[in-house]
Amino acid sequence: MDFRFDEEQQLLQSTVRHFLDAECTPAVLRVLWESETARSPELWKKLAALGLTGLLIPEAQGGMGLDETAFVLPLEACGHAGLAEPVVATAAVAAPLLREVAGALADEWLPRIATGDARVAVGHPTLSFVEDAHQADLLLLPRGEDEVHALPRSAVQVSEQPANDPSLRIASVAFDASDNSCVARGKKARALFAATLDRGALASAAQALGVCERLLQLAVSYTSERHQFGQAVGSFQAVKHHLANVKLKLEYARPLVQRAAHSVAKASAQRALHVSMAKHAACEAAVFGAKQTLQCHGAIGYTWEQDLHIFMRRAWSLDHAWGSSSFHLERVRRALLEGAFAIGPGATFQEEQQDD
Amino acid sequence: MKLEYSAAQRAFRAEVRDWLEANAPAAPLKSFDTAEGAAEHRAWEAKLNDGGFAMVPWPKEYGGRGADLLEWLIFEEEYYRADAPKRINQNGLFLLGPTIMEYGSDEQKARFLPRMASSEEVWAQGWSEPNAGSDMANIQATAHRHGDHYLLNGQKTWASRGAFADWLFGMFRSDPTSKRHRGLTFILCPLDTPGVRVRPIPQLDGLPGFAEVFFDDAQVPVKNRLGEEGEGWKVAMSTAGFERGLMLRSPARFQHTARRLVELWRRHANELPAATGAAVTRCWLAAEAYTLDTYRTVSRLAAGGKIGAEASLNKIFWSELDLRMHELALDILGEQGELLPTAPAARGVGNWLDGYLFALAGPIYAGTNEIQRNIVAERILGLPR
Ligand SMILES: Cc1cc2nc3c(=O)[nH]c(=O)nc-3n(C[C@H](O)[C@H](O)[C@H](O)COP(=O)(O)OP(=O)(O)OC[C@H]3O[C@@H](n4cnc5c(N)ncnc54)[C@H](O)[C@@H]3O)c2cc1C
Repeated sequence: MDFRFDEEQQLLQSTVRHFLDAECTPAVLRVLWESETARSPELWKKLAALGLTGLLIPEAQGGMGLDETAFVLPLEACGHAGLAEPVVATAAVAAPLLREVAGALADEWLPRIATGDARVAVGHPTLSFVEDAHQADLLLLPRGEDEVHALPRSAVQVSEQPANDPSLRIASVAFDASDNSCVARGKKARALFAATLDRGALASAAQALGVCERLLQLAVSYTSERHQFGQAVGSFQAVKHHLANVKLKLEYARPLVQRAAHSVAKASAQRALHVSMAKHAACEAAVFGAKQTLQCHGAIGYTWEQDLHIFMRRAWSLDHAWGSSSFHLERVRRALLEGAFAIGPGATFQEEQQDD
Repeated sequence: MKLEYSAAQRAFRAEVRDWLEANAPAAPLKSFDTAEGAAEHRAWEAKLNDGGFAMVPWPKEYGGRGADLLEWLIFEEEYYRADAPKRINQNGLFLLGPTIMEYGSDEQKARFLPRMASSEEVWAQGWSEPNAGSDMANIQATAHRHGDHYLLNGQKTWASRGAFADWLFGMFRSDPTSKRHRGLTFILCPLDTPGVRVRPIPQLDGLPGFAEVFFDDAQVPVKNRLGEEGEGWKVAMSTAGFERGLMLRSPARFQHTARRLVELWRRHANELPAATGAAVTRCWLAAEAYTLDTYRTVSRLAAGGKIGAEASLNKIFWSELDLRMHELALDILGEQGELLPTAPAARGVGNWLDGYLFALAGPIYAGTNEIQRNIVAERILGLPR
């Protein structure tokens, strides 16, 4: 029993964090917001060079051959930077989906994802919109709940849906399905969709932690400098307690996310449960963090100029993505009501025990 | 990250489970805030100690088994799973014990720890005074040095289980010219010392769960001092870390309550609005989060880390979770939630009401949650004082 990340995993996190601190500043994000695609091909290439796009891709196909446990810390770093590039859609969701679809499709696309030459978007039967469809070279899309189709962007109609988070690009996607485009169906397709939802939710949850951390940092530094009544507003207890409450939610969401990553990596029978616990808690923390840190900024936080809202919008969009807080709470509630698993003292790691 | 128990840890769990199944009382004991209940709890503690389970993390020579913190968590999980009695000597075992381990001389360890493990000597904590609550550095009770003993004067209050305890550990001002947290000394005092008077105070449930303690030239030998003279604050702060952190409120306690809450909700789910189910789910989830976080902390400590101000996050989290769970249970119970255990119709209602009254104190004792939030803001987030 060791609930810690190894040195390599921690190193990867700090590498990504340092890289993004330098390359993905709020100023960079604002420039991207104004661009046609809101995406940066250079940044994406550099992320690929760091190994991020191919993190979940087997070494034989040019990736790092790592798992979600190794991905969760770098994803947190991506959230912290407010990174807009499709690490969730392409690296955390599409890559493992392609890996499981396997065959020629995987052989063709996985190496290209790893090198940063391709972006792949993924739709899901429970979701109306597809993230990053506007830029995708390949789209993996549902027809009903029983079929996965793979199509190049030239074969689909993408209608973009402007979103509140300028970093987020979502679209409705229509396509003509054919036997040719179908890459999985029936039970297999349903299993792929279930795993996809869990991976998308996990990756969003991990980013939400980073977003929440960033919101807190912005609020701590602002309230330490802003003076009213002759003192820093951060010395007022009401402000302190607002921010302490955010820290509380953040710190108790974090182990849920880390544990969920482990369950996804191990394809545990409780994977969906653990992911939902994590997504609920992490997005709730981030959305709460957005509200509290805005309050602690006063009017300046309510402006477009101040950077706070970059991360507030990230918190909201991550909450809305891959099942909102209440969607995931409801999944937990049902499982708990059904008595689908053991609960109580000593039951937390029961699932892991059956492995050996 | 490896989330499996080792074979040795599983064997330890099985051993604890078997022992508790064979030995834990079948029916709940009376409240330890009554004379009869206190005696029952002492007898239980003696049995637990005979089994070698009174305080598993302690070294063997003091009645423990040299268990590591992970085994401590496992022990706690089994203890709550078995619904075994509350620990009457928790102030000794969980707060003073670790402090003696850190600051005590070998002689003090040998003198105090074994009798603490067996609960032959039950301990009360004497920190608070009428004018030193949250502002603990305002302690006014004095310890005046006279050769090889101290004369204690003044008053302590809110000492939990003081009514039935044998000893008190407390902080006294040994340097009359000192201010705030300087000049305090940590002293261990038998409650039957001449000049010591204990006045039990009934709590919210009507039972004498805590006590005021008056000192009137009570004479205590210098060898009952823990740490150096004037160093009491430093010694006491080590206890505060333990109190808020791992020992006093390990996650199993809240997982146990969460399970009972989930079971209660399941029985009534058809009559309840969906919102109640969502609220119950949140509580269960929070208890799991607390558990995972504790495993994370223990993994870190095992690798040489230390508990710092994050103990304040723990304290806020468990105390507010505990209260929320009990509020929800009473809400689910409706008019039955009003029943005292003596009410004929209270069969099967469980001890939610008692638990609720106790949970209400959680945000107050061991440093109020307002104070904890100040600590989180200032020492963890780094906001200006
Ligand atoms: C059930 C129970 C058992 C206890 N057992 C023990 C025991 O065994 N031994 C022992 O020594 N003590 C014990 N205590 C006492 C406990 O430690 C104190 O109650 C606690 O430290 C608060 O002190 P106080 O009650 O004097 O409240 P006060 O300090 O008077 O506080 C009153 C209110 O003001 C708030 N407040 C005070 N200062 C600040 C500040 N700086 N910022 C914001 N808010 C502030 C508090 O948070 C609280 O809400 C026990 C208390 C209870 C309820």
